[in-house]
Amino acid sequence: MNILVCISSVPDTTSKINFTDNNTKFDSNGIQFVINPYDEFGLTKAMMIKESTGGKVTIITVGNDTVEPVMRKTLAIGADDAVRVNMSAIDSFSTATEIANYIQENNFDLIIAGRESSDYNGGVVPGMIAEILGLPFVNACIDMEIDGDDVKLIREIDGGKEMISVNLPIIIGSQKGLVEESELRIPNMRGIMQSRSKPLTVIEPSSTVFHTNTISFDKPEEKGSCKLVDADNVSQLVNLLQNEAKVI
Amino acid sequence: MSVLVYAESWNGRFRKSTFEAVSYANKTSEILGTDVIAVSLEEVLEEELNKLSAYGASNIISVPNVNKGDNQAASKVIAELSDSANVLVFSNTLTSKMIAPRLSIKLNAACITNVISITESDSICVSRKSFSSKAIEVTESNTEKTIICIAPNSFGVIEHAVDCNIEISNFSEKGSLSFNGQETASGKISISEAEIVVSAGRGLKGPENWGMIEELADLLGAATACSKPVSDIGWRPHSEHVGQTGKAVAADLYIAIGISGAIQHLAGVNSSKVMVAINTDPEAPFFKAADYGIVGDAFEVIPKLIEEIKKIKN
Repeated sequence: MNILVCISSVPDTTSKINFTDNNTKFDSNGIQFVINPYDEFGLTKAMMIKESTGGKVTIITVGNDTVEPVMRKTLAIGADDAVRVNMSAIDSFSTATEIANYIQENNFDLIIAGRESSDYNGGVVPGMIAEILGLPFVNACIDMEIDGDDVKLIREIDGGKEMISVNLPIIIGSQKGLVEESELRIPNMRGIMQSRSKPLTVIEPSSTVFHTNTISFDKPEEKGSCKLVDADNVSQLVNLLQNEAKVI
Repeated sequence: MSVLVYAESWNGRFRKSTFEAVSYANKTSEILGTDVIAVSLEEVLEEELNKLSAYGASNIISVPNVNKGDNQAASKVIAELSDSANVLVFSNTLTSKMIAPRLSIKLNAACITNVISITESDSICVSRKSFSSKAIEVTESNTEKTIICIAPNSFGVIEHAVDCNIEISNFSEKGSLSFNGQETASGKISISEAEIVVSAGRGLKGPENWGMIEELADLLGAATACSKPVSDIGWRPHSEHVGQTGKAVAADLYIAIGISGAIQHLAGVNSSKVMVAINTDPEAPFFKAADYGIVGDAFEVIPKLIEEIKKIKN
């Protein structure tokens, strides 16, 4: 089984978000970058499949050389190969185009991408790759079993789940549930040592067509101060919610 | 020229988020000086389809033979119907997010998700939530057609009754996915759709104590949710996890009980209009984000809150 996992390098979830260059660019000063949480579930699932059926796990990411620590981390977790497309992943269409090009030149049975990235939250790259390549696509997967070419999937739907079957090759959107949080792989010392000798492949982008431009970033308005109600006076809270906030 | 809106249905019924998408499409069509075409997939009765006209859809096309999860067929039929469309509007649901990106490639149209504002002119430029709601990004489209997926509960429902024409399409192609059934929690309100969400965290001490949370939610007609640690240790299902890596909440009222308010949690819920924090720790970060708060023990406060709400409901 030849598996490709699409990885985003994103600010650690505890990061405070700031912008620079007249509020047009994300300020990465002092930011710790991590594997996109949605991608982590996909990478662990790929490792589990490789361990049970054999094969190879490649990761691909789109970004400049600052994403290399995250690529090293995926290798330390157990990916065999790491590929970087040397461009900024600001626009979903160009990101999907570059990844689809790489897939076209290299055969993969299974492509896993996080349901969305926790920075720009576009959530459309996996679906775009699927359409460019004419592959079946199932998003928000919370379970996957593979038997030969047959794949049984469960996807989250609003208020429940849906059972789906399909044949390889496919692309799926990963999230929590595909593997449990407790199963997530973290690098061990042996993995970290091995990752140092694995190559990082860099490829140049093939096109520069963008569908969207970012004009500016802004931060949401700060909330006013919190009105505290005494614990012995719960009826006052109900009164405020009913008559002041008018939400119940 | 037109604005096309995908009117998503669940078991033959539209939801508030559908009417919100149609309202958004109608407002956009007023700016562009054009009409609204609504496309519905799966079997929906005429009486239900007619409801879309109350929000401005003058042309309604029903495609009963296409399963909405079949994103290959769904994107194909919508692409065929969107010749005249400059703007295509979706709600940000899990299913829409399978159809919209495929459609984006078919139509060579920019796909902008999490949108919270309306364009001011025919060169499409909108605000969207990004960085897990920690930032708002202003984005413009470079393409002739643009797909806009709106964040639920960010725009509201606006009535605008028009005469409508309903057309039934016999499109019946299928993609390569086989659908083997659904499981839905009956009678439960979905978090993304709920106007009120009652959420609890580790302060509840154990899964056996969720009875009072469910009782409070039932009284308020609310959905129940939980913090990440609670779903990680298995006290509650993953589907209830709200926050940066879980579901996003944009409710009218969000009540956080025994949740300290880590930055990741707040990022996922701070689009809610009114937030209430109930926590024993007066230093809990949630009190900095909340509109109303009670410093106190959930096991004492919640039973009292239930009694007080019963009084106003009777």
